Amino acid sequence: MLRQLEGSRAVAEAVALCRPEVVCAYPISPQTHIIEAVGALVRTGKLQPCEFLNVESEFAALSVAIGASAAGARAYTATASQGLLFMMEAVYNAAGLGLPIVMTLANRAVGAPINIWNDHSDAMAVRDSGWIQLFAEDNQEAVDLHIQAFRLAEELSLPVMVCMDGFVLTHALERVDLPGQADVDAFLPPYVPRQVLDPADPVSIGAMVGPEAFTEVRYLAHLRQLDALVAIPRLAEEFATRFGRSSGGLVSTYRTEDADTIVVALGSVLGTIKDAVDALRDAGERIGVLGITAFRPFPTDAVRAALARAVRIVAVERAFSIGFGGVLSTDVALSCQGLPASVHTVVAGLGGRPVTRRALEAVLHDAAAGKLGRTTFLDLDTIVVERERARMAADRRSGPMAENILRDLATSAASPHAEEGR
Amino acid sequence: MTPTPIRFYQVGSFAVGNRLLEEELRTVQSDPRRANSLDRGHRACQGCGEALGARYALDAAVRATGGDLVAINATGCLEVFSTPFPESSWRVPWLHSLFGNTPAVASGVAAALRVKGRSNVRVVAQAGDGGTVDIGFGALSGMFERNDDVLFICYDNEAYMNTGVQRSGATPPAARTATTEAVGPEPGNPFGQGKDLPRIALAHGIGYVATATVADLHDLEAKVIKAMARHGARYLHVLVPCPLGWGSQSRDTIRLARLAAESGLFPVFEAEDGIVTSVRKIRHKVPVEDYLVLQRRFAHLFKPERRDEVIAHLQALADENITRYGLVAPEEVEV
Repeated sequence: MLRQLEGSRAVAEAVALCRPEVVCAYPISPQTHIIEAVGALVRTGKLQPCEFLNVESEFAALSVAIGASAAGARAYTATASQGLLFMMEAVYNAAGLGLPIVMTLANRAVGAPINIWNDHSDAMAVRDSGWIQLFAEDNQEAVDLHIQAFRLAEELSLPVMVCMDGFVLTHALERVDLPGQADVDAFLPPYVPRQVLDPADPVSIGAMVGPEAFTEVRYLAHLRQLDALVAIPRLAEEFATRFGRSSGGLVSTYRTEDADTIVVALGSVLGTIKDAVDALRDAGERIGVLGITAFRPFPTDAVRAALARAVRIVAVERAFSIGFGGVLSTDVALSCQGLPASVHTVVAGLGGRPVTRRALEAVLHDAAAGKLGRTTFLDLDTIVVERERARMAADRRSGPMAENILRDLATSAASPHAEEGR
Repeated sequence: MTPTPIRFYQVGSFAVGNRLLEEELRTVQSDPRRANSLDRGHRACQGCGEALGARYALDAAVRATGGDLVAINATGCLEVFSTPFPESSWRVPWLHSLFGNTPAVASGVAAALRVKGRSNVRVVAQAGDGGTVDIGFGALSGMFERNDDVLFICYDNEAYMNTGVQRSGATPPAARTATTEAVGPEPGNPFGQGKDLPRIALAHGIGYVATATVADLHDLEAKVIKAMARHGARYLHVLVPCPLGWGSQSRDTIRLARLAAESGLFPVFEAEDGIVTSVRKIRHKVPVEDYLVLQRRFAHLFKPERRDEVIAHLQALADENITRYGLVAPEEVEV
């Protein structure tokens, strides 16, 4: 049914359609509306039977989900940013134990400085944890990916993280088609655990494994992620057949047929990128877009195939590895080894900075003209950076740099020509 | 052949042998149908108090639940010595997740069982003192506060033994550990620190809080069985001497647990619905020195010279417990 819904609300209703049996909640922006809405659906009896636990931390939230999943229940939680990092140990644990928990990650920057707005640094911090990571481009895809995520997780006995951009998606009102319960039930059979805590058949779960087998256990986890590379497109196809729309899959392409320049990105920024690409196409550039829906497992072959004829690749990333550069770019570059294309990183939209069509068009125009460097920080205010560097060089006790920068910005906003000073 | 006369206190423990008890009062371990929840073959040290405590506690819980039991375990000695894959000593369904999240994992298991309509299957969570009073404290407090249907058992050996005897929030004052060396003007663990978890548990308003030691296993079993008859969050704190960490003889594990209780250093009590309903009275009060002198972690209190003021300080703490819990009848207070 088509409805005008906030992204969080739409995801909560999609999650409820998947009939999770245990949901654990801990508030953190911008995820909070999701668990509030799931909680309301439990309270009003729309989602039953379901145990909804208000826990004392994100570490507990995922730990409750771990216990619930190991006891055979379908478990769900949601988090963001600091919350994800606070539960980091449990993130690895859930994957290592092979528990098919589904978690929404409302992508948000990681501090310090504390920042509640959207980027992908949280998701990137756990990319090696063994979770499947799917990125939604819009709220419809967020809804659809959650329904696919439970099926995927339970088929493979692996946890799945559905990433949706904080605020940009979670708080955006969009038209969303929520499927009917009968269709979801047909698509998503009841959870049958591969291992379960049962007095009738006692097993020990989570015991110590030494050097004699750890490599094999880890390699199996890798193989199961590679299995997901087959399962994800199959489930997307099945989903399309049943629900009548394409959602999910490994990657999506837009106007790449004859493209010399291909822009690669994750999440909601793809919408703006497509608008910029349309404008550049109108101006005669041969440019297209590759959206990565499955970031883990990374769809190396699909990415390579999509980029095979590109001259240059521009990865627009909402996170980066400090001291090195692009994260997504690294994966893309390794996937394209031996291909002629150059790979460029554009770091954009950190901590919620808007990624504007105008800025993108400029940088992509440079790229098409062969003028883009290896790594570019979109819309970087080099003046405030240089001022702070000068301050640090001049004064040992230069103080908290984030505060200094904001003072500079306030001063220049109040009086663009004011003297610099502390 | 001269018959050996029957003595009630054959082992100096004041325990009455099973064969002199009514059948239903006998220890679970005397029952040939005992569960052996923590079975033989594990890798605990000789004289491990935790292995003993866990076996009795879990078997009692199995008896109380008719075998409908799931055990959750924190990282630590008990986890490591019982389960290097593929050899598990557990004959109950058992899950180890992490060090600090055991209470939350147990809450999740209990929630799953409830939603599945299997509330007859009960949950016991186990951790050492580090997993309970330190790294697991936040999760434990959350589990208590939500009154989740979990019995949490802390096997308290008063330090991080699995990692090589480092101080925890349950390490007693003056004790030497690898991180509170017996050097300097005030050797060992400082006075005035540490957490009294049973009292903190009581402050959460949960229905059942009790302490026990491995010197009185019958009392331990009885408390587990009573705890399993109730629902909601319950807490059992069991003193389990550690020969390795305490620097004591393996044969002295039971004796030390008894001396800890009989000196008043470790009060044994039971509280139901927030009220202390029973205390294990001290039968023959002993000075704390009798307890301390058997342990190398307190050796610096006796050599190279006696530290009478430190011993007196520890005695004062024991006497405080005796007063607080009424461990000795007033006319018996004299040592």
